[in-house]
Amino acid sequence: MDLSWMAWTVPTVLFFSAIGSVLALMASLYFLRPNGAEPRPGLFFKLATTRGDRLFISLLGSAFIHLAWLGATGYDLKWAAAASLVYAAIVFWWG
Amino acid sequence: MQKTHDHKALWLVAPALLLVAFTAVIPLMTVVNYSVQDTFGNNQFFWVGAEWYREILQSDRFHAAFLRQIAFSATVLAIEIPLGLAIALSMPKKGISVSVCLVLMALPLLIPWNVVGTIWQIFARVDIGLLGYTLNGLGVDYNYTQNVGAAWATLIIMDVWHWTSLVVLLCYAGLVAIPPVYYQAARIDGASRWAVFRYIELPKMSRVLLIAVLLRFMDSFMIYTEPFVVTGGGPGNATTFLSVDLVKMAIGQFDLGPAAALSVIYFLIVILVSWAFYTIMTREDFEPSGGVR
Repeated sequence: MDLSWMAWTVPTVLFFSAIGSVLALMASLYFLRPNGAEPRPGLFFKLATTRGDRLFISLLGSAFIHLAWLGATGYDLKWAAAASLVYAAIVFWWG
Repeated sequence: MQKTHDHKALWLVAPALLLVAFTAVIPLMTVVNYSVQDTFGNNQFFWVGAEWYREILQSDRFHAAFLRQIAFSATVLAIEIPLGLAIALSMPKKGISVSVCLVLMALPLLIPWNVVGTIWQIFARVDIGLLGYTLNGLGVDYNYTQNVGAAWATLIIMDVWHWTSLVVLLCYAGLVAIPPVYYQAARIDGASRWAVFRYIELPKMSRVLLIAVLLRFMDSFMIYTEPFVVTGGGPGNATTFLSVDLVKMAIGQFDLGPAAALSVIYFLIVILVSWAFYTIMTREDFEPSGGVR
C-alpha cells in the first residue's frame, strides 16, 4: 500500500505511535482496573475526572504548552516537552 | 457495591469508530505530517520541524484573524442563545399553531450555506438588494463592500437569521419534555413566571442549552461559506476569519505547510473551547459521593 500521499516522517510516526500506545494502555487498564474509570474529584476547580479525562486534559494541555512555548519564546522545544511531562504528572496525581 | 461492567456494548461503537478513523483520524494525521514539512508539490517534502507553528503563532495575521473569529462567535452566541430561548418560551405548546411554528422555524435550516450567503449577498446590495437599497434610501450609509461595520452587521444578522431556529427547536424540545406536574406544583406554591423559568424551565433545559451552545460555538467558530460568499473576507481583511484565512493560505497561496500548522492550531482551539463549555455546563451533574447524576 502506497502511503506516500500521507507524507509520513519518522518523528510523526513516533508521535502517533506514542499516542496510540497510550490509548491502548488506557483501554487495557479499563478492562484490568475498571475502578479507575469512575470519576473522582480533583484539586483543580474540584473537577470530577475519570482516568480518561485526565489523559485528555494532559494531552490537550501539553499541546497548548508547546504552542505557547513556540509563540512566546525562541528556545528549544525540549523544555516545553519537560514542562508538559511535569504538567501531565500533576494532572494524573492531583487532577 | 462493585459495579458490573459489560463490555459487549463496546463492539456496537466499533463501526462508528472505524468510520471516524477513515474520515477524520487519517486525514488529521496527514495534516499533522504536512505541518512539519515544506512541499513544492509532486510529493516532495522537506522537514522543517516546528517552524511553521512558530511562524503562524508569532504572525500578526493569525492574531488578527483569531480575534475576529472570537469576536464573531461571541457576538452570535450572545444574540442567538437568549433570542432562541425567548422565542421557544413564547411558542404555543398545543394546537395546530405548534406545527406551523415548527415548520416556519425549520425553514432557514433547510437552506444550504452557500445559498444563504448568496441570498444575503443580493439582499444587502445597495444597487438591487431590498435591504441595502432601502437603508440607503432612508439615508443610512450602508455598504457592506466598503464599510467595515456594515459588513460585520450583515454577517451577524445573516447568521442570526440562519441559526437562531436551531436554538429555538432545541429549547422547544427541552421545554415540552418537562412533565406538567412541575408546573402544577409551581402554581400551588404561587410561583411567579420568573421563578418558574429560573427554577423549573432553565434547569430542565440545561442539557439542550449545552448542546445548543456547543453546536453554535463550533459552527460559528468554523464559519466559512457565508462570509466567503457575502464579503469574501473584506472590506480589506475586516471579515477574514480563521477559516477564510486558512483557505486563502492553503488554496490561494498554496502554502500547504503553514496552512496545515494553522489547521492543527485551529483544531486544538476548537477542542479546548468545546471541552471548557462542556465541563462548565455539566459541572453541577457531579455529586461529591463519587457518582454522576
